[in-house]
Amino acid sequence: MIGTVFTSLQNTPNQGLGDPLFVHGVHWGVLLIVVVKVLAAFVALLVATAMMIWFERKVISDMQSRIGPNRAGPWGLLQTLADGTKLVFKEDLLPEEADTFTFKLAPYLSVIPAFITFAVVPVGGIITLGSHTFELQVADPPIGILLVLAMSGIAVYGVMLAGWSSGSKYPLLGSVRASAQVISYEAALGMTVVTVVLVSHSLSTRAIVAAQSNGFWHWNLIRLGFLPFIFFMIAITAELTRPPFDLTEADSELVGGFHTEYSSIRFGMFYLAEFMNTITMSAVVVTLFFGGPNGLIPPIPGATIYMPLIWFFLKTVAFCFIYVWFRAALPRLRYDQLMDLGWKRLIPLTLAWLLVVAAVVIWHWQGLIMVPVVVAAAVLLVRATRLGAHRSEQESVLPAVGRRVTPAPRPRPTQGVDA
Amino acid sequence: MLHLSLVVASTRPTWPDILVFAASAAVIVVGALGVVTSRHPVHAALSLVMTLFGVAVLFIEQDADFLAAVQIIVYAGAIVVLFLFVIMFLGVDRREDVEVEPLGGQRPLAFVMLAITLAGVIAMLATAHWVTGAHQVVGPIQGPITKSAGAPSGEVAQLGKQLFTTYLFAFEATAALLVIAVVGAVVLARRPGLSEKADRAEQAERAERSGQGVAS
Repeated sequence: MIGTVFTSLQNTPNQGLGDPLFVHGVHWGVLLIVVVKVLAAFVALLVATAMMIWFERKVISDMQSRIGPNRAGPWGLLQTLADGTKLVFKEDLLPEEADTFTFKLAPYLSVIPAFITFAVVPVGGIITLGSHTFELQVADPPIGILLVLAMSGIAVYGVMLAGWSSGSKYPLLGSVRASAQVISYEAALGMTVVTVVLVSHSLSTRAIVAAQSNGFWHWNLIRLGFLPFIFFMIAITAELTRPPFDLTEADSELVGGFHTEYSSIRFGMFYLAEFMNTITMSAVVVTLFFGGPNGLIPPIPGATIYMPLIWFFLKTVAFCFIYVWFRAALPRLRYDQLMDLGWKRLIPLTLAWLLVVAAVVIWHWQGLIMVPVVVAAAVLLVRATRLGAHRSEQESVLPAVGRRVTPAPRPRPTQGVDA
Repeated sequence: MLHLSLVVASTRPTWPDILVFAASAAVIVVGALGVVTSRHPVHAALSLVMTLFGVAVLFIEQDADFLAAVQIIVYAGAIVVLFLFVIMFLGVDRREDVEVEPLGGQRPLAFVMLAITLAGVIAMLATAHWVTGAHQVVGPIQGPITKSAGAPSGEVAQLGKQLFTTYLFAFEATAALLVIAVVGAVVLARRPGLSEKADRAEQAERAERSGQGVAS
């Protein structure tokens, strides 16, 4: 059943034209299906987040030869529930220096994008219920994958505003780091997504997944030559501000980073958003590079409707594990290392690979001629950078612009306007 | 379907059209008022984000999904974040002193400009059709819509094709301008050949500034 569904999906002419649910217009039945899909995704994501927190704590403690949570429920499974209940009933503190409105707004700006991003992830195949045919994903907008980028751009507001509105030094430092980091890695992230879009011919996540059906050799991981996947993993880990890129909440330097001043459920919301984002981004990696709900082999005719769901779940859990593994294995980067990696390595590399992929898409195998071109360009760039760095040590090549005037010592201001 | 409606758009707005238009128009206007009336630069920037979101919703209402996504990614996700970054980093998040006028005579000038702008808007409203939330009926972007098999179709493909054929010169000119701006910023920002004395003075100044920052 699902086998025929997938093959028909591949040959569908209106790839990326949206959900088949809306083909016959919108009426109450369609509306009901949409509401049920939204609610199901919401609940599933919340439960998955609770499980993810437990999973991360358990795996980390295993890797560090500890026991980890083991009191609430079997194997400590209900620990997150207990923690959540505790957080709700704790006192909600509002710092005196805080900008009240922004302080209260920030947690929502963190949580809502985390939910919205998951809406475009295809979790299963296409199923038919009565007279309605619909996709197992909350929404399939024609711009699908751009929504993920947009939401990761919005999520940074939560972190930035939280840090700034706390009216305290360490949170501010954390939020300034966060904004610089997210903007830096967004460019690399965008260019990797473009390589995927180039071979899928569509921005819709459903079409991207459909282009990878019929066996793992069609997965973008292999079709794009592994490298974009590695770039994407690095960039997305930085976007998530997860270890080893967790400079925004580096506990040894910044106390708790941007959420130092938060308590009670407001803190809980940041915590929720962080783990939810981890799940969502694992799902996005699976969608972009690992065929989403497609199995390792072409679907067997007569296989149940649950197979795609199981494949999707297994792959997503694997990536959740990899994120936890990163956290256990990798030391945190220094700030300058972070910026070097982002601007000097990741962006040129993703750009070079994008050019190669584009050339191969246009000229097929002759397109590989782009590889020596890119290598030559890279050598020239490195040479130029070295030359420039060497020169500036001895003397300036560039004429000084303007005359630098040593400012006269200003009188100390007696009192700021609102100091 | 979505893209077909780009070509065969109805002129008569349906009630969801009007509802979406009214809601996003309210959001845009409130946000725009917030930008100019907020005393606090951060609040003004947040109001700007609100306006940008409202405009993005209007884009989606007009079936310009790609434009909406780019609006959010570029403007809300990058440019305003940079604004906020500068506001926070340079510590200009203090209330402005409105008593001191840095530019003489700017208030009367502002009223003159306001009058001119209002006159322009009113003249435009008098001559043009009222915006009612109806779909744009100008039609697709000029040029044939590729419908050959295998070729990517849709809004993004059209936009890309137009950008790299009809408007190639404008596109390249914009790119060159941006590169020049970046190089200019780098040249202005670097301070070559600082003497030791100037360096020390700068350090003292920086120390003073940071002390000031803590005090505020």
